[in-house]
Amino acid sequence: MYGNDFAEAGGAGCCESTAGGTLLEQVEAAERELRSASERRVSGDNRLQGYFDAVIEADQKIEPRDWMPEEYRRGLIRQIAQHAHSEIIGMQPEGNWISRAPSLKRKAILLAKVQDEAGHGLYLYAAAETLGISREELVGMLLNGRQKYSSIFNYPTLTWADVGAVGWLVDGAAIVNQVPLCRCSYGPYARAMIRICKEESFHQRQGYEILYTLAQGTDSQKAMAQDAINRWWYPSLAMFGPPDSDSTHSERSMAWKIKRFSNDGLRQRFVDMCVQQASVLGLELPDPELRWNAERGHYDYTEPDYDELMQVIKGNGPCNRQRMEHRRRAHEEGAWVREAAAAYAAKRAARVPEVAA
Amino acid sequence: MSSSFEYVLGLGDDALVAAQRLAEWAARAPEMEEDVALANIALDQLGVARLLLTYAGEREGAGRDEDALAYLRDDREFRNCLLVELPESDFAVTMVKLLFLSAYQKPLYDWLAGSDDERLSAIADKARKESAYHLDHASLWTVRLGDGTDESHRRAQDAVDRLWPYTHELFDGEHASLRPQWMETVGRVLDEATLTRPADGGWAPGGGRQGLHSEHLSYLLAEMQVLHRAHPGARW
Amino acid sequence: MTQPLWEVFVRPRRGLAHTHVGSLHAPDAELALRNARDLYTRRQEGVSLWVVPATAITASSPDEKDSFFDPAADKVYRHPTFYDVPEGAGHI
Repeated sequence: MYGNDFAEAGGAGCCESTAGGTLLEQVEAAERELRSASERRVSGDNRLQGYFDAVIEADQKIEPRDWMPEEYRRGLIRQIAQHAHSEIIGMQPEGNWISRAPSLKRKAILLAKVQDEAGHGLYLYAAAETLGISREELVGMLLNGRQKYSSIFNYPTLTWADVGAVGWLVDGAAIVNQVPLCRCSYGPYARAMIRICKEESFHQRQGYEILYTLAQGTDSQKAMAQDAINRWWYPSLAMFGPPDSDSTHSERSMAWKIKRFSNDGLRQRFVDMCVQQASVLGLELPDPELRWNAERGHYDYTEPDYDELMQVIKGNGPCNRQRMEHRRRAHEEGAWVREAAAAYAAKRAARVPEVAA
Repeated sequence: MSSSFEYVLGLGDDALVAAQRLAEWAARAPEMEEDVALANIALDQLGVARLLLTYAGEREGAGRDEDALAYLRDDREFRNCLLVELPESDFAVTMVKLLFLSAYQKPLYDWLAGSDDERLSAIADKARKESAYHLDHASLWTVRLGDGTDESHRRAQDAVDRLWPYTHELFDGEHASLRPQWMETVGRVLDEATLTRPADGGWAPGGGRQGLHSEHLSYLLAEMQVLHRAHPGARW
Repeated sequence: MTQPLWEVFVRPRRGLAHTHVGSLHAPDAELALRNARDLYTRRQEGVSLWVVPATAITASSPDEKDSFFDPAADKVYRHPTFYDVPEGAGHI
């Protein structure tokens, strides 16, 4: 799960019209394009910058050993790392309900989902490592606060319905954000995103199904579902980051095709999707201004509170401290285990001489 | 063997309580790779628990499904062994507990896979492949902790000493014949791990199969059951 | 301490070759193989796995334009491929 709500969200926007089809179809289209673009010949000059530009221009992928501008490399490391950190921290709010899941089936699904998030974090750390930085350094920057994770995970999951709301709204917003990344110009990141988006296709559905079941249930279940949507709606909208008018717009990052849509464009797309889905649930989105605008062909909506977003980014959300303490504690308490495994590997390497073939 | 309601319930409760404990590691394992591995093992145990509890409910014939059995019984009605309900005090306890449990479940499920009871046989056939993997995982880690650093050795030996007494209960009654194989498997792993096997003849707590548990189980169930019980009759 | 990096190769189905799917960290080969199973075949994506220490791979990349300023043939963190797009993952 991933948002674009980082303090230094420096990703550029460009405003290609959003492609049609379901999100999963778009992931598959990105995959096909990745394959077909790889067959085109790049006719760039032989100088490094010229070749890099030609590869980008041809919509081909930059690969790890290619020459790349230092700023491209640094920007990608930051973005992929923040994405990886978000997956790892994002395990906590949902993991909070594994032990109390109200049926064994729900327990199994939730555990599998939280496990997937660990897996996605690992795919992404590995993708970042292809840019010449180690996992250890990346984890260090998360633990010492130099790198951020998606602010949405600094909100608490107070009831079971929050697990549904996180799945539907937070994963939904994350997918809208992530699908364009399947076309990112950096090969390892694009391929990791294709894999992640496919695996995540079940996450959003399970959240929606939880809410649907609650909405069809007892009065108190229905109230629980509505309360969760009330609390998660605006923070989910804030996941797309500050409005375009305020965001530090980088023409270069757009030209590099690291990010392909603007924050507001993606947010609008998410709102349009959610209105219809909420009506099927029979639950309200907590926005009295929400209405169809025929002229724009989109729903008008109330912007989230960006001051609140900035506060959460600065560390003043409800759970920032708790999330970081949890991660640090897990890391520290695991140190003796990692040391033991390394010591054993060293002993065995010393015991078993290299066998020549 | 007798595949009575109580017997199948005991198997199912072992798996369910083991899953509940293993899942406590989610988002807090020593390595992120191990987070994924422990979740896999917890999911295996949970999957088998669901099959066994569903079948137990059918054997009983009183209309109780897997959730009725998991969520609406008190600790005195649970039939799991004490070993699985003990707290996951540290990673060494988790791995040694998993070693002891899987070294028992693997031959048990092998044996049950040959049962005349077709339902039980089919469940055991699925479960034994998973148990083989759990045993493999726990063995690898027990060896690394035992033969790792001084600290890890101390923690692993401490876990072996603390958990060993609880293994006697596993071999009560008709499971007694499984103990020689268990001793051989566990003995081999402990030897490789440079860990000492405690002597037999000491304290041998039991009672889980009769519903007499440690104080820990009631807390585990309180957490597991709280939401389900707060909404009687609700669907989830 | 940094654990060694391992490259993971999966045979998706009988009759197909092993394909690079990604990498992971593990202290030794046995754990690397187990971690690879848990991480890269959670959805039955494979029938056989290889793990290879990343340091054992020497890369050449005639199609790619290596930096003249940062020769990297021995730098494993820049392994030349990463994540083959999983075949048949569409039905996940």
